[in-house]
Amino acid sequence: MPLVHAVNVTKSFHHNEVLKGIDLDVDRGQVVCLLGPSGSGKTTFLRCINQLETIDGGRIWVDDELMGYADRDGKLYRLKNKEIAAQRREIGMVFQRFNLFPHKTALENIVEAPTQVKGEPRKTARERAMKLLDRVGLADRCNAYPAQLSGGQQQRVAIARALAMQPKLMLFDEPTSALDPELVGEVLAVMRELALDGMTMIVVTHEMSFAREVADTVVFMDGGVVVEAGPPKDVISNPQHSRTQAFLSRLRSEHEHP
Amino acid sequence: MSTEAEARPADAAPERPGAINAVPVRHPGRWVAIVVIVVLVAMLVHLLVTNKAFDWKFVFEAMNQQPVINGFLKGTLLVTVLSMIVGVGGGVLLAVMRLSDNPILSGVAWVFTWFFRSIPRYILLFTMGTLGILFPQGIAFGVPFDWKIIDWLGMSGDWRFFTLDANQVFTGLVAGVIGLGLSEAAYMAEIARAGIMSVDPGQAEAAEALGMSRGKVMRRVVLPQAMRVIVPPTGNETIAMLKDTSLLLAVPVIGELFYQLQSIGSNFYKTFPIAVAATLFYLLATSVLMVGQYFLERHFGRGFGNKAPRAARPAGAGGA
Repeated sequence: MPLVHAVNVTKSFHHNEVLKGIDLDVDRGQVVCLLGPSGSGKTTFLRCINQLETIDGGRIWVDDELMGYADRDGKLYRLKNKEIAAQRREIGMVFQRFNLFPHKTALENIVEAPTQVKGEPRKTARERAMKLLDRVGLADRCNAYPAQLSGGQQQRVAIARALAMQPKLMLFDEPTSALDPELVGEVLAVMRELALDGMTMIVVTHEMSFAREVADTVVFMDGGVVVEAGPPKDVISNPQHSRTQAFLSRLRSEHEHP
Repeated sequence: MSTEAEARPADAAPERPGAINAVPVRHPGRWVAIVVIVVLVAMLVHLLVTNKAFDWKFVFEAMNQQPVINGFLKGTLLVTVLSMIVGVGGGVLLAVMRLSDNPILSGVAWVFTWFFRSIPRYILLFTMGTLGILFPQGIAFGVPFDWKIIDWLGMSGDWRFFTLDANQVFTGLVAGVIGLGLSEAAYMAEIARAGIMSVDPGQAEAAEALGMSRGKVMRRVVLPQAMRVIVPPTGNETIAMLKDTSLLLAVPVIGELFYQLQSIGSNFYKTFPIAVAATLFYLLATSVLMVGQYFLERHFGRGFGNKAPRAARPAGAGGA
């Protein structure tokens, strides 16, 4: 069974159907990039995986665990908030706008969840946090508040914060979209390394070169459905579907004539 | 950068302009204002020193009386502190209830706020002082409607654990603190709600994505950030509360500062110096509170901008 197994996921906001039956399988250690125009539902789908949005139909399993519901003899029971929180501990998430806690230093941001959620002793949590900061190249900024860090540095701290919970799966929601162009590279480098270390990742992104190099599977979404999925050399370099072709050529022309 | 340097013509002005030494804008209005203010201050000082009605000796003697000092320490400062503890704690609780998904909690918070914001504090305190009449047999803690249940089961006795004398609860400082605290909680609830809503929803989302429980998200992430917005108006509320302790007379609490001062004043037929003495006490207490507010704001402002927030300057003294 794949680590993430989503079947026929549907979701509406006020009668506006954003997801119209998404199927997705992600194996352990795989990197999947979700591409598509804005409004295609890729971010919503990502948020459904860790229950930041509740789904209207279909099922999502992460590591053989049904997300958000308990299945007892075919009848679904909504999980309590506490149980949903427990499921989320296994899944790290990185947001477009970083969402670091501004009243805590970089180090405190990372220590917060392991100590508060898992009850890890402060000392070991701090030691691991320092290792993680070192890994994202920010050990020297451990006492800086988020406001004193650049966008790229904040996003790297946010990645370290998610990793501190030792998740099985990492979700990235357009992690470089809010960054100045010259800061995109440092965040992608951290993500690339994470992929090399074997982390299972689902990445919503517009960074085609990242998708091409790092992704095992690229999923192109449009209008709430998966239009095309496969290895990047097929989907990005040789798209079969006209909607994928149109999207990619639009993206390319934007890149060439910004 | 280098192209810019090359683009500059080499044979342009040989002397490059140096530091600017321009004539600053003149502000004659400021000098006029200074003169006017100096004259006004001189007049005030003259009035304070020479006018016999102030009777400074009597003012300081009155301020130094033990009942007056007790009135200040207990009736004013202690009641302010206790009422604000009840008010801030209750207000934050009410705000969290009001914003909760649970319609019952949210409804209860709304009704509480509606009720206590509707009653003038003077009348509330007066009512608190008379509530003892509702419970001639005291306030018992035990099983609700126990006499009905016992009767229905055909048993006898009671299921009450202990009983408070209502006439002692609803009197003096206790009644004052309960009344002022509950009233304050209603106002603080709105301030706390505004603070909570000012926090970026992405913060709660990030905390939830880390697997934090709802309570932890509120306590560890949302409230500390909301405090930045909550503290300044709370300083205002505290100063207003300081002054509202003078309403304790309605309960009545005779250990209150102004009541004590007035009784001295009426003994010696000196009304005006008493008003001056009360003013001095309240000026002193408010100044101390403003210093406290400065440090609170600095604490909760950490992480927002690189420098500490500027000194607190609560606009006006707040509406008491």
